[in-house]
Amino acid sequence: MKVVIMGCGRVGAQLAALLDIEGHEVTVLDVNSGSFRRLIPTFKGTALLGDGTDEDSLRKAGIEEADAFIAVTQGDNRNVMAAQIAKHIFNVPKVLCRIYDPLREELYQTLGLDAISPTTVFAQLLKEKLLA
Amino acid sequence: MYIIVIGGGKVGYYLSKALLGEGHEVLVIEKDATRVERIEEELGSICMQGDGCEAATLEEAGAERANLFAAVTDEDEDNLVACQVAKHKFNVPRIIARIGNPRNEALFKKLGIDVTVSATNLILEYIEQEVPTHPLTHLRELKEGELEIVEVRIPSTSTAIGKEVRELPLPPGSLLSLIVKEEGVQVPTPYTTLEAEDRVIAVTKPELEEALRNILTGS
Repeated sequence: MKVVIMGCGRVGAQLAALLDIEGHEVTVLDVNSGSFRRLIPTFKGTALLGDGTDEDSLRKAGIEEADAFIAVTQGDNRNVMAAQIAKHIFNVPKVLCRIYDPLREELYQTLGLDAISPTTVFAQLLKEKLLA
Repeated sequence: MYIIVIGGGKVGYYLSKALLGEGHEVLVIEKDATRVERIEEELGSICMQGDGCEAATLEEAGAERANLFAAVTDEDEDNLVACQVAKHKFNVPRIIARIGNPRNEALFKKLGIDVTVSATNLILEYIEQEVPTHPLTHLRELKEGELEIVEVRIPSTSTAIGKEVRELPLPPGSLLSLIVKEEGVQVPTPYTTLEAEDRVIAVTKPELEEALRNILTGS
């Protein structure tokens, strides 16, 4: 599978590593080249300096042939905007984005975006661990 | 009218000031406490501190009774999200987004935000009209941007010079409509020859603009 990941933070880099090890073709986009130090040394994919809310950068990252796009930058709004570009402009089959604010997660799900809120997921997880 | 303005920077401040002057009810939503304070000091208590992208904030602001919603922060993605929340959650009838990247105009339209204002685009348009050295000038949009009328100046280095219109491999869907020559205006026929410094008025599609320009001005 060809995957474009926007945001090479801890989550982005770790996801890139997991997919890369399983043999998927991964391109990671970040606006800060320093972020790429988080990639594992054996990473065989592409690390590309660029802004995922910019159509040209996405094209360079190969979004037109991508099977999946994942937006995991620190900014909820950036993630939402990039995810919508991937979904509605480039028709990427599978688009996921991270939204910290659980209130907005609900709204974007109604707008047809597959949004995951780590806040909700983690709180739930903590509660389960606590009460197990 | 009840108008909600997202972003209390320079644009938001002067916009709100002007709208208040016209007698509208205005509420500015701004994240930064210092900016909120400044606006309240100068314009009265018309400012609310908060994130204009959050549904809870907009609810508190009474977004469901707003007649107009203008997102004018200097981040395109924040403006997009604020407008989408206003449109889809609160059904605000009129929505305007400020954009910095001119290419986001088409994107925002596709994502349901029809009215965008881009300072970059406005300044570009002025430059195109004011600076005659620019080889291609946009004169007008037709059919909501599906077609456009452009003016192309034939530079002295162009390979189109000396060619007849029928010899030019014009992109299909482009039409040369008028040629302004030294001696006057002509409606081009297939046999009209192009000369240096001719100004060609053409109808084309935005996506063919570059191809058209290359054919008429390429060297």
